[in-house]
Amino acid sequence: MSNATSSQILLWVGLPYLALGIFVVGHIWRWRYDQFGWTSRSTQLQERRLLKWGSPIFHYGTFAAIMGHVIGILIPERWTAAIGIPEHVYRWFSATAGTVAAVLILAGVVVLAGRRLFIARVRSTTDAVDYFALVLLLLIILTGIIPTVFVNLLGGGYDYRLTVAPWFRGLFSGNPDVTTIASAPIVYQVHAAASWVIWAVWPFTRLVHAWSYPLWYLWRPYIVYRSRKTAPPIEPGTAGRRWRRIGAGY
Amino acid sequence: MRVMAQMAMVMNLDKCIGCHTCTVTCKQVWTNRVGTEYVYFNNVETKPGIGYPKRYEDQEQWRGGWTLDRKGRLQLKSGSRLRRLLSIFYNPDLPSIDDYGEPWTYNYQHVIEAPLGTPNPSAHSISALTGKDVTVGWGSNWEDDLAGAPERAHLDPNLRDLQERVRMEFEQVFMFYLPRICEHCLNPSCVASCPSGAMYKRAEDGIVLVDQDKCRGWRFCVSGCPYKKVYFNHRTGKAEKCTLCFPRIEAGQPTICAETCVGRLRYLGLILYDADRVLAAAATRDVKDLYEAQLSVFLDPEDPEVQAEAARQGIPADWIEGARRSPTYALAVKHRVALPLHPEYRTLPMVWYIPPLSPVADVVHAAGYDPADPDAVFAAIDAMRIPMEYLANLFTAGDTGVIRRVLRTLAVMRALMRADQLGLPFDDGVISELGTSRTDLMDLYRLLAIAKYDERYVIPAAHAEDAGRLASQHEQLFCSLDGEGGPGMGGLGPHGIRAFRPARRPDEVAESETFRDTDGRLRVNLLAWKGNRDVPLFPSPSNEE
Ligand code: HEM
Ligand code: SF4
Ligand code: SF4
Ligand code: SF4
Repeated sequence: MSNATSSQILLWVGLPYLALGIFVVGHIWRWRYDQFGWTSRSTQLQERRLLKWGSPIFHYGTFAAIMGHVIGILIPERWTAAIGIPEHVYRWFSATAGTVAAVLILAGVVVLAGRRLFIARVRSTTDAVDYFALVLLLLIILTGIIPTVFVNLLGGGYDYRLTVAPWFRGLFSGNPDVTTIASAPIVYQVHAAASWVIWAVWPFTRLVHAWSYPLWYLWRPYIVYRSRKTAPPIEPGTAGRRWRRIGAGY
Repeated sequence: MRVMAQMAMVMNLDKCIGCHTCTVTCKQVWTNRVGTEYVYFNNVETKPGIGYPKRYEDQEQWRGGWTLDRKGRLQLKSGSRLRRLLSIFYNPDLPSIDDYGEPWTYNYQHVIEAPLGTPNPSAHSISALTGKDVTVGWGSNWEDDLAGAPERAHLDPNLRDLQERVRMEFEQVFMFYLPRICEHCLNPSCVASCPSGAMYKRAEDGIVLVDQDKCRGWRFCVSGCPYKKVYFNHRTGKAEKCTLCFPRIEAGQPTICAETCVGRLRYLGLILYDADRVLAAAATRDVKDLYEAQLSVFLDPEDPEVQAEAARQGIPADWIEGARRSPTYALAVKHRVALPLHPEYRTLPMVWYIPPLSPVADVVHAAGYDPADPDAVFAAIDAMRIPMEYLANLFTAGDTGVIRRVLRTLAVMRALMRADQLGLPFDDGVISELGTSRTDLMDLYRLLAIAKYDERYVIPAAHAEDAGRLASQHEQLFCSLDGEGGPGMGGLGPHGIRAFRPARRPDEVAESETFRDTDGRLRVNLLAWKGNRDVPLFPSPSNEE
């Protein structure tokens, strides 16, 4: 860290921690004060033909990309090496799987952004923050795809797990290595910086819908009853059980 | 036995004149906002017709409500829970705004500001979604009074088995109005479809609501309801539905749509039912048995055992008393003239309908017979296959026997009253054939013809000692309806819509009692005038200078 300039430290240490702080505080604030605004703001009512393809492709592509990031950034190279996966095999796998995800996600976001921009019914429901989030996503996706496809799949390859990943993990162990990320190719830098920005705007956009994936629907009783005899009001933000079987005790 | 109370409605279709007053008053109260322009919690359809949204009754297309799986178990028509979670990014069964009709308005300012000239200025229709010019092509009452019926009515799903005959006998056209609100079902598929658990049925009065704070906009309730009575607010991204005007019901007042109904054809009252039997009834194998199955879920409020059990389970005494006086219980169970709408959806709907006799009476009249002569009407009832089968497809899953019995009861009631009032002889044989009695028919007549306000609406108020807790069950610190875009706020439009709203003149401040018009004259702001004498309602001529 000794030979990092102060602007580098601002960008690669200040920005991440600031973004994380805004991310956490912003979500707490939004959850407590804006339950009513916490939604995906679906536009399927207005337009369904493009959404039918764009939305599932984009979302499933995003989930694949998120999985890839978890594997590529959070798992250090020596762990995969320890279980006997050589670097070139790993890189080949990450390049193909990453390319598939990239194609999906890019196709999806192009369709979604296209309908936001060119379908009047959808455009009229779009706020400035929606455009901002979409542009950021587009930037992140493009700068994420360029290295995946052109460097790792078609080009000579670049081992981001030796530069980007250690810095990223360092942020969480309290010892980020600024020089490694600062020496990475510029696409990686833009990708990483834009990603931190999106964490910071996340709580203020429709992206909060991602945290509400209703998995517990699989176990819930179908019919939900509420009774005025239920407990005193649950404070917003506390995770009280919100249903009970009819007849079950209070 | 688990005794629950349900606030139920009955509508007497013979009396509906299709005036849409109910629609308009409900709209003014609940959906007069940006985001819900296209939404009608109450709408009135002309039948036959394809309805609002288009062909909503065809569950092979929209996949709302319940069905039985191969083993005879109840399952949502749209498939398993997992299927919904996997298709959450795009709901394949959701109607589009064009199925409801794109909402529109007019640029009235254009007419007001048009220069003096010979051609009359006209305001073109503008989409309320985009603010751009649109050609209006569909709406909730597009088919009023059979408008467009020759081209479209044959698409009505209720005509599915009788298309051939309808085409042949279209000279014998029949029509009637069907006012529709949410059914506040005993087995609501909207609630079951909601992945967030934001929808719930109130245990006290059975009203089905959407928790605006818990709704995440996954929009499965909209497609899950076979009656399409949950709507998506495209501005707030949340689902909204008919509330059965719960703030009024809690205060012992009828719903807006019932209160303002011109035909006075709506009845509101409690029905006690056994919640433990709901599931079995909804899973009845033959759809034609669903009507009887639903009746078997209801509990007799006169039965001392039921009363004791209800009291033991915490239903207040005045509610049990209300259930005994309930007009909806009388019409649905005692007289058996009210029928559920589309019982085959298996949601056990709780807004019931007295099928109209008028299509039959009209034919009898046209044939030169006396519509009050039960023999002529009976013969017509038997001869008129099409209205009979059509009504059966609406109310009994195709069982014409029930429809015939109900219409005969109504016909005999009319004949009996006519004979009674004119001192004519009446053969009691037809009465006993129907399994009813003179007193019952007199009672039915009273209920249908002369019941006053407090007999049509028997609504025990929510208990005051529970009021605080009642409000608190909504689990929020403020009323979410007051949020941006909520009914309490009028809501801000997206820029596309704001753009065509006439801008407020800068000097027109809401609190100010006067404002200066564009021509320079001082005028009184009627909305803010407080009767101040210094600000006379009619400005003096000197003011005009
Ligand atoms: C975790 C589970 C997630 C679920 C269940 C989910 C579901 C949805 C739904 C239902 C919509 C509305 C589609 C419509 O218009 O009808 C939506 C839109 C959107 N989602 Fe997600 N989402 C999830 C995760 C994510 C993630 C992780 C991201 C981004 C990183 C994301 C980004 C978006 C964006 C940008 C839109 C707006 C698309 C548009 O422009 O119309 N979502 N999502
Ligand atoms: S009619 Fe009302 S209660 Fe029944 S499923 Fe539809 S929205 Fe739910
Ligand atoms: S009960 Fe109230 S909300 Fe429901 S349709 Fe009638 S007026 Fe509208
Ligand atoms: S107000 Fe009454 S009579 Fe008029 S359309 Fe509505 S239900 Fe029918």
